[in-house]
Amino acid sequence: MSSTRVIRIVLGISAPLLALVAAFLITSAVLYLADDPVLKVWDQLLSVPEARNVGNIVDNATVLYLSGLAAAIGFRMNLFNIGVDGQYRIAAFVAAVVAGEAWLPGYLNTFLAVLCAMAVGALWAGIAGVLRATRGVSEVISTIMLNAIATGLVAYLLRKASEQAEGSNVVATKTIPEDSWLPSITISDGPPVVDVYGFVVIAVVMGLLYWFVLNKTRFGFDLRATGRSTTAAVASGVSVNKMIVAAMMLSGAMAGLVGMPILLGSSHNYGSTFQSGLGFAGIAIALLGRNNAVGIGVGALLFAFLDEQSNPLQILVGVSPDIVAITQGVIVLTVVISYEVVRRYGVRLEQQAVARALEQERSTQKKEVSA
Amino acid sequence: MSVPATATGVVEPAGAAPKRRLPRFWIVYAILLAVLVLSILEVVTGANDLASSGAIKATLIGTMPIMLAGLGGLWSERAGIVNIGLEGMLILGTYGAGYFGYHHGPWAGVLGAILMGMLGGLIHAIATVVFGVDHIISGVAINIIALGAVQYLASITFSGLPGGGSTQSPKVGDVQTITIGPLSDFLFDVEKKDWFFVSELAAIARSLCDELSLLVLISLLLLVLTWWILWRTAFGLRLRSCGEAPAAAESLGVKVLRYKFAAVIVSGGLAGLGGGVLALVAASNYRDGQTGGRGYIGLAAMIFGNWRPGGLLAGSGLFGYTQTLSLRQGGESIHALLLAAAVLAVGAALLQARRGNLPTAGIMGGLGVLLGVTYFLIDTVPSDFSSMTPYVITLLVLAFAAQRLRMPAADGQIYRKGSAG
Repeated sequence: MSSTRVIRIVLGISAPLLALVAAFLITSAVLYLADDPVLKVWDQLLSVPEARNVGNIVDNATVLYLSGLAAAIGFRMNLFNIGVDGQYRIAAFVAAVVAGEAWLPGYLNTFLAVLCAMAVGALWAGIAGVLRATRGVSEVISTIMLNAIATGLVAYLLRKASEQAEGSNVVATKTIPEDSWLPSITISDGPPVVDVYGFVVIAVVMGLLYWFVLNKTRFGFDLRATGRSTTAAVASGVSVNKMIVAAMMLSGAMAGLVGMPILLGSSHNYGSTFQSGLGFAGIAIALLGRNNAVGIGVGALLFAFLDEQSNPLQILVGVSPDIVAITQGVIVLTVVISYEVVRRYGVRLEQQAVARALEQERSTQKKEVSA
Repeated sequence: MSVPATATGVVEPAGAAPKRRLPRFWIVYAILLAVLVLSILEVVTGANDLASSGAIKATLIGTMPIMLAGLGGLWSERAGIVNIGLEGMLILGTYGAGYFGYHHGPWAGVLGAILMGMLGGLIHAIATVVFGVDHIISGVAINIIALGAVQYLASITFSGLPGGGSTQSPKVGDVQTITIGPLSDFLFDVEKKDWFFVSELAAIARSLCDELSLLVLISLLLLVLTWWILWRTAFGLRLRSCGEAPAAAESLGVKVLRYKFAAVIVSGGLAGLGGGVLALVAASNYRDGQTGGRGYIGLAAMIFGNWRPGGLLAGSGLFGYTQTLSLRQGGESIHALLLAAAVLAVGAALLQARRGNLPTAGIMGGLGVLLGVTYFLIDTVPSDFSSMTPYVITLLVLAFAAQRLRMPAADGQIYRKGSAG
């Protein structure tokens, strides 16, 4: 018994390892073929980051983690929420406007902004959920359309709601009053002093909540069951349509949080330069972490680490930092492939074990007969 | 059965009753009807750029990348492989066109675009067909890899070249264009006469014989060729059988995995060519971010077109047209289209009401009234909204007509060899 368990653990670890090794080899091959210094690139990428960089990595990972959680909620239900990108941008915009108006004092204002972001994200994703549940429109296509619509809508509203600084062509919403900023957490007294987003705490809480709701509640069980088999879910009295809308809205609410660390922690307004493209990274990270709260965290840290470490590549070794995007994409692909390969291998091992056991039984029976 | 509902002029002929088959060459009638609607609109609203030969020529060029991406999607989805990596293959195509086009001339650029796209298709084929990876995961990964790879390669290969840099290639020569001089002049005369409907038809004809890029012609021929191969040859029948019932196909001796593999590679090549058109015809070099999500739009156009070549052409034409209009005095033209959309929506609502489908009729009627009121309240549509138009239309069409669409039965399912037993 224990030996099969050991095998299972070894197989479980070997899949992500295999994926990382494969991604490492493929990236090296690309670098080699392009005549770039392979060793120097890895030397920089895998060096120990300085304290200042650690702060950036944690900040970035916080944002990516929330994006990954948002995608993962959909995945658990077998829904592809490609629309995290549009959802977080439109949510961050609305939150920035609400917080900028400062109807409430201090942290009440912050709280209201976060609540608005979640509500807007949920509603925007809810459109795709309702279309899927009532009209059978694939959520992949509708969320792609909604992403593009969100881009246009936000660009239009931004020009309406923004105040333009003198002599600058950067448009942005009103800056949030300082008493509503989320304080950062100091992780090293330095020098240099290193701060990370205060939102990191909320991200961790969200991770716990994700784990708890999906794994420990009736609702989470229903959601996962629906994702595994719709017919089984229907048979046990789950309304699939309601679950689709609920899962999409939850995913959207989580997506609404993605922009919050940046909005409340560093930019303090929503402008035309607000970071974009976080949604697609989240999908990759959710896949990497196998939709597991801890796994997604590891994936987010890995992606943020690679991004941060690649920044000085151009200056130090004259290689474009875009090489890291190749690595990240390859990791996603190799992770999925290696899980499949390892799974097939595991199945074969099991089949062989069963065959051996049967063989043994047959031979003992034969002996009994002849005896 | 569900009742069709359409909110746009372009798909109007598709609005026939479900059991009735579309007339042969319905796409021709559809185009004629669209031209008629546009002619009426030009008279009613006074917008004059709706069907000028300039607008139509630009539409043709704008449509081709979307159509080729959709055609790529058609090949792979007909063989049962969902291809969301079209965007990445399109990106690879733009780079291939820029690199090979600069070094070896425009036609080498075309070939380079196709080959780069096929490379993307190869990755997708290996991941999905050989390793049985979820099709959408593989597609998302390919989009990430392609974007990173192209930016990385561009910074290596284009930096330091005259006019080139890490975000764009040097200028690439143009592919040849065809002009039938006398005919073009004659049609231009007719167009200038401003005869109702006739001038608009002349404008369309003129856009096809005045500086028509060979690549556009080739793309249109590829559409016809795809239709012929997939629906008129034994090869095509077998390929489609892999997307409908792979187990049954295998039991009849079709090498399912081989067909799927080939289809995905062709799919990549077509999308790559789409990138080539973007870089060589629509622009004159590779630029970072040139595709602007056209791969996704192509996929949507294919679904809009119900996984058929004619519908795909209509869908991508609709996207190409609205995109082009929003670039050329967009506010005014899109404003005029609002009126058409309002009238069509109300008309569709009446149709629905007569068939007793009251909820849909209510929604459509409300939408129509809303659009009509908007038309009379504003003079021009802000540019951000005109760029949103195609997406909103797609969403509406999907919402009202999704039940009529039928994708290949085994689309997106992972097939393993020997499943036929």
